[in-house]
Amino acid sequence: MFAFIARRIIQAILVMLVISLVGFSIKDQIGDPVRDLVGERVTPAERAEIAEKMGLNDPFFTQYYRFVKNAVTKGDLGRSFLYNKPNLEVILHHAPATIELVFGTALIIIVISLPLGVYCALRPRTFLSRFTMSFSTLGVSMPVYLTAILLIFLFAIHWQVLPSYGRGDTIDLFGLGWWSTGLLTIDGLRHLILPCVSLSTLMLPLFIRLIRSEMMEVLETEYIKYAWAKGLSPARVWMVHAFKNTLLPVITVFGVQIGIMFAFTLLTELVFQWPGMGFMFLEAVHRADISLLIAYLVVVACLFVVVNTVVDILYGFINPTVRITGTK
Amino acid sequence: MSHLLEVKNLEVKFALRFGDITAINDVSFTLDKRERLGLVGESGAGKSVTGFSIINLISKPGFISKGSIWFEGNEISKYNDAQMREIRGNRIAMIFQDPMMTLNPVFTIGFQMVETLLAHRNISRAEARAIALEKLKKVHIPSPEQRLDQYPHELSGGMRQRVIIAISLLSDPAIIIADEPTTALDVTIQAEIMDLLQELCETDNMGLILITHDLGVVSQVTQKIAVMYAGKIIEFGPTDQVVHNPVHPYTIGLIGSIPGSIPPGQDLKQIPGMMPTLTDIPPGCAFNPRCELKQDICTRETPVLMEKQNGIMAACHMK
Repeated sequence: MFAFIARRIIQAILVMLVISLVGFSIKDQIGDPVRDLVGERVTPAERAEIAEKMGLNDPFFTQYYRFVKNAVTKGDLGRSFLYNKPNLEVILHHAPATIELVFGTALIIIVISLPLGVYCALRPRTFLSRFTMSFSTLGVSMPVYLTAILLIFLFAIHWQVLPSYGRGDTIDLFGLGWWSTGLLTIDGLRHLILPCVSLSTLMLPLFIRLIRSEMMEVLETEYIKYAWAKGLSPARVWMVHAFKNTLLPVITVFGVQIGIMFAFTLLTELVFQWPGMGFMFLEAVHRADISLLIAYLVVVACLFVVVNTVVDILYGFINPTVRITGTK
Repeated sequence: MSHLLEVKNLEVKFALRFGDITAINDVSFTLDKRERLGLVGESGAGKSVTGFSIINLISKPGFISKGSIWFEGNEISKYNDAQMREIRGNRIAMIFQDPMMTLNPVFTIGFQMVETLLAHRNISRAEARAIALEKLKKVHIPSPEQRLDQYPHELSGGMRQRVIIAISLLSDPAIIIADEPTTALDVTIQAEIMDLLQELCETDNMGLILITHDLGVVSQVTQKIAVMYAGKIIEFGPTDQVVHNPVHPYTIGLIGSIPGSIPPGQDLKQIPGMMPTLTDIPPGCAFNPRCELKQDICTRETPVLMEKQNGIMAACHMK
């Protein structure tokens, strides 16, 4: 098991290196950092001097090496021109909002898709199953911004029961100054509902369908028939034997989708004016803040890789065959 | 005197979109304590369905449409699901065809054995584990303690089939139904598994229903044979009689097609044609299109199973 985990972590580090390299290479393609820094009124000679001092004339890989070294040793991902603060500080300031959004959404997906997916697999002919299946097609085909606007119209404007934008009251956590959470106040939680619901509409149908089809497939296998022949109760056959096998592929997809969701928050954050990383990213794009963009790419990639690695390791705990091949 | 198991006029149908199909047609047989019965036939003859219908586990959309099944004097075909569960894996155990697919890949051997015991008996986990260990020893598995904590993929096919036999022994059943237990295994392992099954039936006083297409295997292990064709039993009798003096032309053809039943140098016999699919069984005797002895009556009237010779019953107009 230890070797398996070590392997996964080494793989994760390699992936991070590749992603940061790709991210870093956009640096020379957009904008001019010197102009962003000092504006238009500086002479070309002074510009050249600044560029030289900043190391902008060094070979690409020298600059990349410096970037990685600073990132790893000092946690320094450069400085944002837009906020005039270290990038990491800017991102960390925005990260809790996005993380809460994503995990709120993940929670909704797990809580709803597991029982519904299993139910639809066990009782495919009932009205509820048929309704869920057709409704989920609708859910998949609706773009997030449309769902979001519809939800705002219904719950915030028409019935006026939920707030439509922002995070509401937040509490500063651990006195860090940057980790604000909306999870501990009623108002903050109320603000989370609509964004999380609209973000989940995209993935929820996918998971209901995935769990349903995986479970139906598992129910047809010989080992399930054998479980019946052993005289086990339906609860045991379904919830122990079939369920665990159903979860294997679902967990893999879930890991990838959680990662993807960090990217998908962009639209949701825009519609709900949610002060998270997606919102910050859009601002950075507008102002061509390349330094912040690169840092954002690296941080999001890091989140993605961490989530996936955790899921992979979790998968190893559930699926014994993976563990074996991992140790070889 | 009632039998251990009695299947009376069993009929099993499958409800399909274009109507019901009869998979098992008027099948009757009995099994006594310590008796070993072979159900023989080609694939699709209905032998597996017969086996599964005894523990009422026919795959959907199949159902028992007629007849009854009696076990230890009770009509178990009338049992509801909860009552049936007390029979399954407890009084009547089943062994499946492919040991690679039968065990759940994500649970240890011990887990899958212990849960079976706990489903039927009020004992502690530790007691259940002790029984599991004892049964693993009984099926001659090397280092059984270690096996309990292993996953199915860590065991070979023959080992897994032994584990499955051990699982079926857990609660000392009255009957084991073995559905092609050796088809998926190497020939050398096949013999070992068959010997083991036979030995266990004798030491533990169990009845055995051996479902197979392999007449060679059946003739070594069983005392009685029922030959099935297109959902019906067409010949039934003591094993040595059926093997050496078969009555029905189909059985004669089957035995003639076994390598070794014919002197070297001679061609093996072959039954021409194929078994009809259940949707278009010919009128009269289902075997008539392939039969050498076919007469007019064979296409008009369905033969019934009748006493013929040496204790053999057969369904044939010509004999």
